[in-house]
Amino acid sequence: MSRQYETVIGLEVHVELATQTKIFCGCSTKFGGAPNTHTCPVCTGMPGSLPVLNKQVVEYAMAVGLATNCTITKNCKFDRKNYFYPDNPQNYQISQLYYPICRNGGIEIDVNGNKKVIGIHEIHMEEDAGKLIHDEWEDCSLVDFNRSGVPLIEIVSEPDMRSADEVIAYLDKLRLIIQYLGASDCKLQEGSMRADVNLSVREVGAQEFGTRTEMKNLNSFKAIARAIEGERRRQIELIEEGKKVIQETRRWDDNKEYSYAMRSKEDAQDYRYFPEPDLVPIIISDEWIERVRKAQPELRDEKRLRYKEEFDIPEYDADILTSSKHMADLFEETVAICKKPKEVSNWLMVEAMRLLKETEKEPEDMDFAPENLAKLIELVGDSKINRTVAKEVFELIFKEDIDPEEYVKEKGLMMVNDDGQLRSVIEAVIEANPQSVSDYKNGKEKALGFLVGQTMKEMKGKANPGKINEILRELL
Amino acid sequence: MSILRLTAVELGKKIKDKEISVREACEAVIKQIEAEEKELNCYVTVLDKEAILKKADEIQAKIDSGELTGPLAGVPFAVKDNMCTKNVLTTCSSKILGNFVPTYDAQAVINLEAAGAIVIGKTNMDEFAMGSTTETSAYGVTKNPWNIEHVPGGSSGGSAAAVASGECIAALGSDTGGSIRQPSSFCGVTGLKPTYGTISRYGLIAYGSSLDQIGPIAKDVTDCATILEAIASYDPKDSTSVKRDSYDFTSELTGDVKGMKIGIPRDYLSEGLDSEVKEAVLGAAKALEEKGAIVEEFDLSLVEYAIPAYYIIASAEASSNLARFDGVKYGYRTKEYEGLHNMYKKSRSEGFGPEVKRRIMLGSFVLSSGYYDAYYMKALRTKALIKKAFDKAFEKYDVILSPAAPTTAPKLGNSLSDPIKMYLGDIYTISVNLAGLPGISVPCGSDSKKLPIGVQFISNCFDEKSILNAALAYEKTRDITYSDVLVKGDK
Repeated sequence: MSRQYETVIGLEVHVELATQTKIFCGCSTKFGGAPNTHTCPVCTGMPGSLPVLNKQVVEYAMAVGLATNCTITKNCKFDRKNYFYPDNPQNYQISQLYYPICRNGGIEIDVNGNKKVIGIHEIHMEEDAGKLIHDEWEDCSLVDFNRSGVPLIEIVSEPDMRSADEVIAYLDKLRLIIQYLGASDCKLQEGSMRADVNLSVREVGAQEFGTRTEMKNLNSFKAIARAIEGERRRQIELIEEGKKVIQETRRWDDNKEYSYAMRSKEDAQDYRYFPEPDLVPIIISDEWIERVRKAQPELRDEKRLRYKEEFDIPEYDADILTSSKHMADLFEETVAICKKPKEVSNWLMVEAMRLLKETEKEPEDMDFAPENLAKLIELVGDSKINRTVAKEVFELIFKEDIDPEEYVKEKGLMMVNDDGQLRSVIEAVIEANPQSVSDYKNGKEKALGFLVGQTMKEMKGKANPGKINEILRELL
Repeated sequence: MSILRLTAVELGKKIKDKEISVREACEAVIKQIEAEEKELNCYVTVLDKEAILKKADEIQAKIDSGELTGPLAGVPFAVKDNMCTKNVLTTCSSKILGNFVPTYDAQAVINLEAAGAIVIGKTNMDEFAMGSTTETSAYGVTKNPWNIEHVPGGSSGGSAAAVASGECIAALGSDTGGSIRQPSSFCGVTGLKPTYGTISRYGLIAYGSSLDQIGPIAKDVTDCATILEAIASYDPKDSTSVKRDSYDFTSELTGDVKGMKIGIPRDYLSEGLDSEVKEAVLGAAKALEEKGAIVEEFDLSLVEYAIPAYYIIASAEASSNLARFDGVKYGYRTKEYEGLHNMYKKSRSEGFGPEVKRRIMLGSFVLSSGYYDAYYMKALRTKALIKKAFDKAFEKYDVILSPAAPTTAPKLGNSLSDPIKMYLGDIYTISVNLAGLPGISVPCGSDSKKLPIGVQFISNCFDEKSILNAALAYEKTRDITYSDVLVKGDK
């Protein structure tokens, strides 16, 4: 390839908000539930039903807007987006086109030390649709409206990203901000965070943007990275072959690592947006904005700084600990009980991260009680168990949330600190290993390690290695 | 005097005084329905006789025990078929909702029943309230009780005809561009459209959401005020519902107009107004002047823009509001189809009538990209200017007086072939909806064909008191009021 290309990427990110009830009615937003059990006349589009806005949705949207440096639209309105599809009970979606709640923001990302601000064009509120279930057996389609009316915000970025790394950094930052705000759990796999990628390529130095495509069905960071690479390649190939990129929506198939055209701009629908007459404008006062701003919890960047200062934790560790709101919460709650930040950090940084990797889980999935980790740390601190036992116990806490005190007692894993018993075992070990004893006496330090190991074996791992060392040296 | 000739308030009082039982009241109305309905076709659904009488006994018991003391307790009512009624078919006079039985009541119906009124049936209307004659109903035309060769008006034609013929004592209608006031005028009854936001729209099947408002159709002004008081409420389920300072519409009902300033828009008295209607309306103005009101003509302006603005806004909203009728969840679904798109297309093509299709197409067009600014946005701006013109008028006048319609009821079959002409018939009522104002139509005589004429009173938002008093004052000047309402077989 002789020509150099630049990739231009903008994202549309949908985030499901963590409200208890739906955006326009009192139905539960709980995931699961038998089909059509979390429904009412409003979210099933029954004739004569009317929407009533959930105030919490506005506050979450404002919170996200403030945390991403947006301007809040003080007189914001809802609009109807008209299109026919059976998962959309009214055949229009209540969304925002003309006066979205947040505009003109941006967040700073950091890719390998290169800092850059990604602009946010707007954030708007809207309702989710229901779910279609295709019954192959009966050859029919059914619709479940449990998701219908679950509140969403759509965060539309400027076309400011130039690589998959920047996209991932942006998404990760956005996810953390929203998680920290408590506005959503932002799980890509479960669909509570969804990203559509708008991508075009152009020759380096070109002023105009190329023709873009929009890619859907991306449900992990890895899929997003692969889709960006795949689409970039496809567009460059088209241009190199002298063909044109068509403005269209494409669906990414992560198994085949290829995207398929869904619909082109020509057959794009005319949504016939117009102001939603069933809802009144939302007037947002300065006082309301201030109230939301004041209620903002500590965000990731502040937390990271505080960990360094308050707990004297290295930057790298603070980075990992705060990389998930859930992990940071777990860290702080455990520290509050045992007052040993460094110990807690070590367990999370080393053992927890190892187990997460092994079990292919996300930090959000750690569901053990901070009390149990605190107890484990105390058991180690009081020399009641040694490190090897502690690692085993931690794994059980991680996997089954066991109470370490009870477990250690039950299994008889307490360290033996009784000098008399230990002394007699060591005497027996010395007796049985004259070669090692003489090696040690001849200056081979290694031999001592062997004797410690033998003693530990006899003690079934329940002895304090420091103590063994001490007594061995004394006896030898 | 026959039960059927009583107003709702008079009947309510006689029930309270034990002169008439609730059962007797209901039986009288049922008997009248049995006699007249075949010819007039006021109803889409009349409730089962036994169910009505059972309800009558229940209400009677509550009145006897003192649980129900309101003025409407025990009074038989009809409700327009675009208001949802729990477990009772609600069709909007459309084939597409031919099997729709709601699981909930409209808030206005809940309020009405809480007052002890008995809903006996659902009245015929123009399909989805789109029309001025009740001829677009999928369930046959309703005939004007004064002359069955004429239409009752619309879209609340069934409610107005039922009140006029004694097939109910009073009724609820809905008004998007005159659909209460115009049929009231054609049928010689009194109909009130309150200020937008006064009566909850929850459960009212929407036509033009920003214009729709429920209101009473009854024999006289006192009934309208009393029914309004019963059904108006702030409803958190309707975001456009307004929390009003007071829901008392009756205690200041004096009929005193001494010093009241009444304006007549000169623009309303020109071209297109039938001379007999004009004469009757000006006669009403004269009568009020004699009672001490100060009446003068003025220029309202912008009148010619109201109809195009209305048909753009109402059709745009309707095109979206009616999208939910798709054969997927409820209502009519075509018998045979191939795939989703074909199912949508056939269900809607077969389920909607021509006037509804016309407005859906018109509405879809004006919202299309590229046309939105030229039509919809311009219509919204026009709406705002019309509101301003009224604001200016109300700086000077307490009440505006006008005809309710330019003519009396046309003959059946003469209107639908020329929709533009039909739309022009809404000229005096439409601006009131665009500006969100309250308006009332009161009978003011009849033309040479013995068809009723209505005079309309309009006041500023939230000032129902002024139009109710002006209307009542006028009503009092007439020798005969509600008793000139036709009740066949009871003359």
